[in-house]
Amino acid sequence: MSEDDDRSPPSDSIANGSCPTRTCTPGSGSGSGSSSIPEYAAPYPDRVLENVFRKRSLVLNLTSWYRVEAMTRSDLFIGNCYAVSPERATSRFTRVRSVTLKGKPRFADFNLMPPNWGAHFAPWVSATAKAYPWLEKIHLKRMSVTDDDLDLLAESFSGFKELVLVCCDGFGTSGLAAVASKCRQLKVLDLIESEVSDDEVDWIMCFPDTETCLESLIFDCVECLVDFDALERLVARSPSLKKLRLNRFVSIGQLYRLMVRAPQLTHLGTGSFSPSEDVAQGELELDYVSAFAACKSLVCLSGFREIVPDCLPAIYPVCANLTSLNFSYANISAEQLKPIISNCHKLQTFWVLDSICDEGLQAVATTCKELRELRVFPFDPREDIEGPVSEVGLQAISEGCRKLQSILYFCQRMTNAAVIAMSKNCPDLVVFRLCIMGRHRPDHVTGEPMDEGFGAIVMNCKKLTRLAVSGLLTDTAFAYIGKYGKIVRTLSVAFAGDSDMGLKYVLEGCPRLQKLEIRDSPFGDTALLSGLHHYYNMRFLWMSACRLSHQGCQQIAQALPHLVVEVIKHEDVVHMDDYADTLYMYRSLAGRRHDVPQFVSIL
Amino acid sequence: MQRSMAYERHLNLEATELRLGLPGSDEAPEKTSTTPSVRSNKRASPEISEESRSKGSSSLSSEVENCEGETAPPAKEQIVGWPPIRSYRKNCLQPRKNDRVDGAGMYVKVSVDGAPYLRKIDLKVYKSYPELLEALEDMFKLTIGEYSEKEGYNGSDFAPTYEDKDGDWMLVGDVPWDMFISTCKRLRIMRGSSEARGFGC
Repeated sequence: MSEDDDRSPPSDSIANGSCPTRTCTPGSGSGSGSSSIPEYAAPYPDRVLENVFRKRSLVLNLTSWYRVEAMTRSDLFIGNCYAVSPERATSRFTRVRSVTLKGKPRFADFNLMPPNWGAHFAPWVSATAKAYPWLEKIHLKRMSVTDDDLDLLAESFSGFKELVLVCCDGFGTSGLAAVASKCRQLKVLDLIESEVSDDEVDWIMCFPDTETCLESLIFDCVECLVDFDALERLVARSPSLKKLRLNRFVSIGQLYRLMVRAPQLTHLGTGSFSPSEDVAQGELELDYVSAFAACKSLVCLSGFREIVPDCLPAIYPVCANLTSLNFSYANISAEQLKPIISNCHKLQTFWVLDSICDEGLQAVATTCKELRELRVFPFDPREDIEGPVSEVGLQAISEGCRKLQSILYFCQRMTNAAVIAMSKNCPDLVVFRLCIMGRHRPDHVTGEPMDEGFGAIVMNCKKLTRLAVSGLLTDTAFAYIGKYGKIVRTLSVAFAGDSDMGLKYVLEGCPRLQKLEIRDSPFGDTALLSGLHHYYNMRFLWMSACRLSHQGCQQIAQALPHLVVEVIKHEDVVHMDDYADTLYMYRSLAGRRHDVPQFVSIL
Repeated sequence: MQRSMAYERHLNLEATELRLGLPGSDEAPEKTSTTPSVRSNKRASPEISEESRSKGSSSLSSEVENCEGETAPPAKEQIVGWPPIRSYRKNCLQPRKNDRVDGAGMYVKVSVDGAPYLRKIDLKVYKSYPELLEALEDMFKLTIGEYSEKEGYNGSDFAPTYEDKDGDWMLVGDVPWDMFISTCKRLRIMRGSSEARGFGC
C-alpha cells in the first residue's frame, strides 16, 4: 500500500544537519545583474545537483569524494523529474542499478491539473537505456508512461528485475505484455493505483512458460479481465511468489484455487471476494477457512473489492498474524468488522471505509494497540451529508492507539477537543492529515475555527513532518504552524486562512518546508514574495485558485533564475486580466522544459 | 429531433450529477459545460463565499441554471477535486452494473451489415429498448420494425442483435433492459438475409 506514502526520505532536502540558509549565502553564487529585487544567490549548480540526488548527507564539496560518489551511487532518486535533465543525471552518475522518478505534483490526482501536462517517462527511458544497460529497477510515481516506453524498457535491460508504477497512466495491457514476455529475470511487477487501458491483450499469457523468478505481482488496479487459467498456471510456476494482489475480476472461487497453489504468500490482495455471477454451486461450498489457514506466512491482506460480507469469516485464521489490513474498498458495518478486528492484535497498518462508523473505530481502538498507521476513507465523499465518523472515532483512536504515527481521516464533523486529545495521546505522530469534507466547517460543538486543534498538533507532536489541514481556519492556525512546525516538510492547505499573513507565517517560520500545496485560499502576491529566501530549499510550491497575479509570479521568476515558474491555465475558467489561476514552481538545473503544452506558460 | 432530445437528456444527467460518477471524479462534466466560471482576484469572505456559486474551481451549478428543459432541482455546487479522493477510488465504491462502466459512459460498438464502418454509442444514455432502437434507426437511417417475443422483428429487413458476455449473439429485446445493459458487449444490426430471419422462427 503506498497511497501517498511519502516514506522515501526527501532526497533533495538540504542536509539535515546543515543550516538551511547555507546555500543562499550572499556572494557565494553566480552574480546576476543588479535589480531592485534583492538578489538571491543561486547555489553552485553542483551543490544543487547533490541536493537533488542525495538521500541524506552533508553538503561537502571535496572533489575526490565527488568522484567516488559518482562511481558508487547505485540508487538514483529524483523527486521531481523536471529538476534535472536525463542527460545530465546519467552522465553524472555512471553505475546506477536502480532509478526512482516522481513526476506530477500530488494535486494532479484530484483533476486540478489538465491532462497532458507532462512528466513523460520517454526521455528517461531512452537516456537510461543508453547509459545503464545493466539497470535492474525502475520505480515511477505520477509519470506518463506509454506502451512504447515499456517496450523499450523491456528490450534494453536484459537483467531487469523490478518495475513499480504508482499513480501512472498512459499505457495499457500491451505495454505490460512486452514487459512480461521480454524481462526474463523479472521479480517484481507492481501496478499501484495506475490507470491501465484495456488493449485486449492478455498480458498474463505473455509470461514465459518456464518457471519464473516472480516474487511480487500486484495488479489490483488493472480494470480488465485476465485469463484465469493462465493466471493459475503462472502462479503454479512461480515458486518464489510472496506478494500477489488480484484485481476485482477474480472471484472468490478463483482466489481459492490460487491460494491453494501459493500457501507461501505473505501479501495477498483478494480480488472481488465475492462469488462470480454465473457461479456453480461448488464455489459457495469451498473450504475458504482452510485455504486461509494454510497461508501461515500471511501478514498483509487487502482487496475485498466487491465483498459479500458473509464471506468475511474465512479470514479468521490469519487475523492474529496480520500486520497490515486494507478494507478501504469494503463497505462493511461495525458489526461485520468487530469479529475480525478483535483478533488483529498485531495490526500496525489499517485502511478502512467510514462505513464502520465511530463504533467500528472504537473496536479498533480496543484491540489494535500496535497500530502505527490508520486511514479512514469516506464511502460517500460528498460535502453536505451526515457522515458516519466524527470526533468520537478520532478520540477513541487517540486513547487506544498510543503508538500511532500516521493518520488520514475523512469526516464531516470534528471538534478541537478531539484533535487536541490526539496531539497529547499520540506523541509519535509524524503524519497528521485531517480532511473535514465540508469546506470552512468550524468545530461543530463550539462553533469556533479549528485553529486550536491544529495548533495543538504542531505544538505537541514533536516528530511531525507532514500535515494536511481543513475546516474553518483563520490566519491564527498558520501562525501556530509557523511558530511550532519547525520540522514540517509537507503541508497541504485547502479553503483556509484569511489573508496574506497566513502564508507568510508558514514561509517565514518553517525552515524545513519542502512541499507546499495550497488551493482556494486567499493568499496573494505579497505572501508569495515573502518566501523568496526559501524557495531554493523546496522541492515545489503549488498554489491554485488563490489570489496570485502573473506579475507576482513574474517577480519570483526574475529573482530566482533556477526556479521554473509555471502558470497553468484551465480551459473552462475565464481569466480576468492578470490573474494566475494555478502556479506550480520548482527548482531545477534543467531550466525551462522542452515539452511544455500550450496551456502552460513558463515565466 | 429525437437525437437532440437524447443529447439534452444526456446533458441534464451530467449537469445534475445524477449519474454514477462522483463530483470531480472525471473531466467530462467540465468539458460539457457551456458557461465558464469567471474568477477575479477579489474574493468574498469565507462565510459569504460558502454561499456564492463562483467560488472554487469549475462550479457546475452555473451550468445547471443554464440548461434548457431542466426540471430537476439544481445540484449543490460541485467543486473539482474536493474532497481529495482519487477518481479510481471513487469509481470503485460506486455500484457497478457492468464490467465496462467508467465515469464517462458505457460505449459499445455498433455495426450494420453492409455499412462500411462502425459507430459507437453510449448505452448509459438510454433507459429503455424503444429509446435505443429509435436512436439506432436515426443514426443509421433505417427502420427496425416492431419487436414481438414470438417473431422477433417484424416489418423490416433489419434485426438488432448483440453479443453478450458469454460471446453469444442474442436478439435485442429478449431480456429485461437492466440485464441487457450489463451483458451487452457490442451491437450488430443484421440485414435482410435468412440469418436475420432465423431469429424470428
